[in-house]
Amino acid sequence: MNPAPASAALALGDDALVLSHRLGEWAGHAPVLEEELALANIALDLLGQARVLLSLVGDEDELAYLREERAFRNLQLVEQPRGDFAHTIARQLYFSSYQRLLYEELAQGDTAIAELASKAVKEVDYHRDHAEHWTLRLGDGTAESHQRMQQALDALWRYTGEAFEPIEGLAVDWATLRARWTDRITTVLRQATLTLPNGPQSGAWAAGGGRQGVHTEPFGRMLAEMQHLHRSHPGATW
Amino acid sequence: MTTMAPDAGTQDDAAYEARFNAAVAAEERIEPRDWMPDAYRASLVRQIAQHAHSEIIGMQPEANWITRAPSLRRKAILMAKVQDEAGHGLYLYSAAETLGTSRDELLDRLHAGRQKYSSIFNYPTLTWADVGAIGWLVDGAAITNQVPLCRCSYGPYARAMVRICKEESFHQRQGYELLLALSKGTEAQHAMAQDAVNRWWWPSLMMFGPPDDESAHSAQSMAWRIKRHSNDELRQRFVDICVPQAESLGLTLPDPDLTWDEERGHYAFGPIDWDEFREVLRGNGPCNEQRINQRRTAHEEGAWVREAATAYAAKQAERSRHGYRAPQDQQQGDTQEEDIA
Ligand SMILES: [Fe+2]
Ligand SMILES: [Fe+2]
Repeated sequence: MNPAPASAALALGDDALVLSHRLGEWAGHAPVLEEELALANIALDLLGQARVLLSLVGDEDELAYLREERAFRNLQLVEQPRGDFAHTIARQLYFSSYQRLLYEELAQGDTAIAELASKAVKEVDYHRDHAEHWTLRLGDGTAESHQRMQQALDALWRYTGEAFEPIEGLAVDWATLRARWTDRITTVLRQATLTLPNGPQSGAWAAGGGRQGVHTEPFGRMLAEMQHLHRSHPGATW
Repeated sequence: MTTMAPDAGTQDDAAYEARFNAAVAAEERIEPRDWMPDAYRASLVRQIAQHAHSEIIGMQPEANWITRAPSLRRKAILMAKVQDEAGHGLYLYSAAETLGTSRDELLDRLHAGRQKYSSIFNYPTLTWADVGAIGWLVDGAAITNQVPLCRCSYGPYARAMVRICKEESFHQRQGYELLLALSKGTEAQHAMAQDAVNRWWWPSLMMFGPPDDESAHSAQSMAWRIKRHSNDELRQRFVDICVPQAESLGLTLPDPDLTWDEERGHYAFGPIDWDEFREVLRGNGPCNEQRINQRRTAHEEGAWVREAATAYAAKQAERSRHGYRAPQDQQQGDTQEEDIA
């Protein structure tokens, strides 16, 4: 097995770490008990993936708790505040569709990332399924849910373009990945009576920079909360 | 037990009641379709609902630390634990449903303040060590209370408790292990652990309920084989388990009267502040309002989501009744990659 490229493990690991954290914010706040279980399940899967990926680069806790904001390589999409349930589902739809297609490709390789990807692809399949089903229910549910879901899709759309910028060390055909992702999302949204937002895929302005360590304002606050206790006790073990 | 309720008339009630009592006395399980006294049903609904509510309200104090867990391993354990509690809530609401009371109804009663949950969750989790103290003491007390419920006369409740108790013992162990790491850690970590145990010890003892001579429901519950041991018996059992564990943890319990009573073969412990217990029960604990408000808010903010799911399900049912495909599907026709509906 070939060594995994550290920059790639970090980018993918940070995506999973940060999204898991944001999903963890739902604990005790979900709209229905079944979703307490489902969102926690997804958060736990992602945290598991993050721990494997970060451990390929170094000590998982040092990387999670002692890096400064500018050293994180996650997409800006995953760091956005959880918003209402529609925002969380829109994010899950965008991200899990991306992760599912990406991991399917990465699983073909012979690095440690490939090994992780081939295991995780089954988990991510469930994540995408969960997101797509909720997209249908919210989009084709009531007038209010339709409107909220459309708003959430529109608001987060600007953060999707960044996902298809090449990650150093990964041999992926990014243009094809983007096309497949766009197809998938288009299909789901049409079935859910929702409209594909205008944005990066149609040439509009796109946010970005997460992969280079440029993040959005809410991220610093998220890290402050996440890292505070660990940093307050330098050198302690837990 | 297989005594079915009569379709009409109540002339046989006495006979059914005699059969029911005999079954309970013979340690047979009562199942949902069996005849049972109304008071037995009501008592079970009350107890199972209160238990279910405790599971879901109990998620809050620990979820309070998920976003601040100091290592990724601890974060994963804590998330899994809080998720388990949601699962326990689900099993228990399902058990209550077998008695004819829906989850929605029970949640409404909780939100309206007409049903209670365990008072222990009205205390705040102030530091990370509280997560450990809750696992060790609160889940520990829950296990002591709940293991006998695995033999409860009502089948669905007993079976739910078997599943729950397995997970509770993992919860207790992770709490103990968390505290041990703190106790053996830096001075500040040790102090954090000791402080948490000081705050959670007495409320944990109150979890077993009022002393036997003041317990309102105990005698009847014992006769119905819902309850197996008295509050004071269970409390004593818990203290006897905890004292040596505290020693292994290198932590003390905040009770100067705690001594081994050679004669009784049990630990003697100091007086419990029942005034505090009654105050918290009455709604005057540090977090009563906060806990119920968060619960209500989550429920209210989730209303549109639940409505959407119901509306969508109704549309789907309607479509399948008429063999109808949504116009969106027809547009795509066979080019659709995968059917996700
Ligand atoms: Fe539980
Ligand atoms: Fe528990």
